[in-house]
Amino acid sequence: MAKTIQEINDKIKKGKAVVVTAEEIIDIVKEKGARKAAAEVDVVTTGTFGPMCSSGAYFNVGHTKPRIKLGGGTSLLNDVPCYTGLAAVDLYMGATAVQVNDPKNSVYPGDFRYGGAHVIEDLVAGKSVRLKADAYGTDCYPRRELDTLIRLKDMNEAVLFNPRNCYQNYNVAVNLSDKVIYTYMGRLLPRLGNANYCSAGQLSPLLNDPLYKTMGIGTRIFLGGGEGYIVWNGTQHNPGVKRSKNDTPRFPAGTLAVMGDLKQMSPEWLKGASFTGYGVTLTVGIGVPIPILNEQIVRYTAVRDEDLVAQVVDYSKNYPEVVPGSIAEVTYAQLKSGSIELSGKTVPTGGISSYNRAKTIAGLLKERIQEKQFYLSEPVAGLPSVDADIQFKMLNERPAKQH
Amino acid sequence: MTKKRVVLTFPTNQVSQPISYHLVKDYDLMLNILRGNITPNEEGRLVIELSGKKQSLDAGLEYLKGLGIEVESLARDIKWHENKCTHCTACIPTCPTQAMSVDRESMEVSFSKERCIACELCIPVCPFKALEIQF
Repeated sequence: MAKTIQEINDKIKKGKAVVVTAEEIIDIVKEKGARKAAAEVDVVTTGTFGPMCSSGAYFNVGHTKPRIKLGGGTSLLNDVPCYTGLAAVDLYMGATAVQVNDPKNSVYPGDFRYGGAHVIEDLVAGKSVRLKADAYGTDCYPRRELDTLIRLKDMNEAVLFNPRNCYQNYNVAVNLSDKVIYTYMGRLLPRLGNANYCSAGQLSPLLNDPLYKTMGIGTRIFLGGGEGYIVWNGTQHNPGVKRSKNDTPRFPAGTLAVMGDLKQMSPEWLKGASFTGYGVTLTVGIGVPIPILNEQIVRYTAVRDEDLVAQVVDYSKNYPEVVPGSIAEVTYAQLKSGSIELSGKTVPTGGISSYNRAKTIAGLLKERIQEKQFYLSEPVAGLPSVDADIQFKMLNERPAKQH
Repeated sequence: MTKKRVVLTFPTNQVSQPISYHLVKDYDLMLNILRGNITPNEEGRLVIELSGKKQSLDAGLEYLKGLGIEVESLARDIKWHENKCTHCTACIPTCPTQAMSVDRESMEVSFSKERCIACELCIPVCPFKALEIQF
């Protein structure tokens, strides 16, 4: 019995929609079967809360009197440089930007205590940040310097715009070398001292819609505590990887580009993160509702951690040197148990993405839908899927001629 | 038998004192060094666990204080800021004493002060600075 998004929205409006989380649907499908579950359940909510480096926000800070052209100059927010290659008073702050005086890894491993992601978190928390700018001055924008405090509510627009979030599956990182290494997957202890993973597994948005049957451009989502949209596929979107029988990818695959009004968001769901020896990143909370349009979709949402696999990759040599190959394939159920077996050794596991918070997000989104505060949207276009023939390219370096 | 974990901060002139010898020999205390950072002619810090009769323990600590060594209880050394913790579990594999632990059902992280030996291994691992060393 197929349903439409319009029918589901009518049910939400009447307070009659049946909404469950991607965790709760597992037992429902197990007990009632996919056919009955698809008839009874209208929406399944997913969630994820993990570091997503390809994130940032753009701002229109308002014009000064006399006018200044920040575009093409230098602008710092709390000493973190913004991208200024836009119009006069539009700035883009990237999550991974670091303060101008940060020693970075010159004192290894660097702390990276404050960066773009922290500026975004501070702004969302309602704090004032210092905008310091130098401009070159023009006839129409004569002013050359600016040094002011600014809050989110002072700005005309503040928009979170993340080119790549929500990775559909990810590597499990280990270290085969004899020394400690510091990576974006955390600190990895020598000789398989630990294994770090980064996915919400059975709650993760794209693992519940493996072939992008419902998520597309225009899908309304929970983003950073507010409402946002999927606006494109994310960068490095790579649907063509090997998949399991349940259609979920066994390697990192699809990604999402997302966007939303920063002024609606909350510091609880957008958090600056400092990875020792690596850098700064933004931990983003995302929840995507999946309309249960048919039996196949409900079967996808009932996927369990034991049915989802990830590749164990060595980050001491293979990852940096781009040597293909996986040490082992493990399930998220194994990863979440606290240890995995690798080469006859029991290796403790650590998460980089918070399952606990992913669960909270799926629950919050469920509540919002039940309370008629959140309606589903019809995507205007789909995301490229397995038939799109996308090739994931490395950079083909062609050395420029020396003059 | 009483047990106490303390942080000793030595002034420069006391670094060369053989305190462990005296604590064992004169005060009949068992001494377990949890962490040490002492260099000659500089200030030093030692985290130790002392156990013995309560009376001997108190006397031993008095002896240390008498030498001008600062004695602080270890209990307040690592602070877990629960409000900053996102329960990601990145700290879990590095904690040698399971002071940081996870409920595997809810995947919620918790911290046990009693188990913590203030080894500080968790400090650089937390991306949210939820763990803080307080000396």
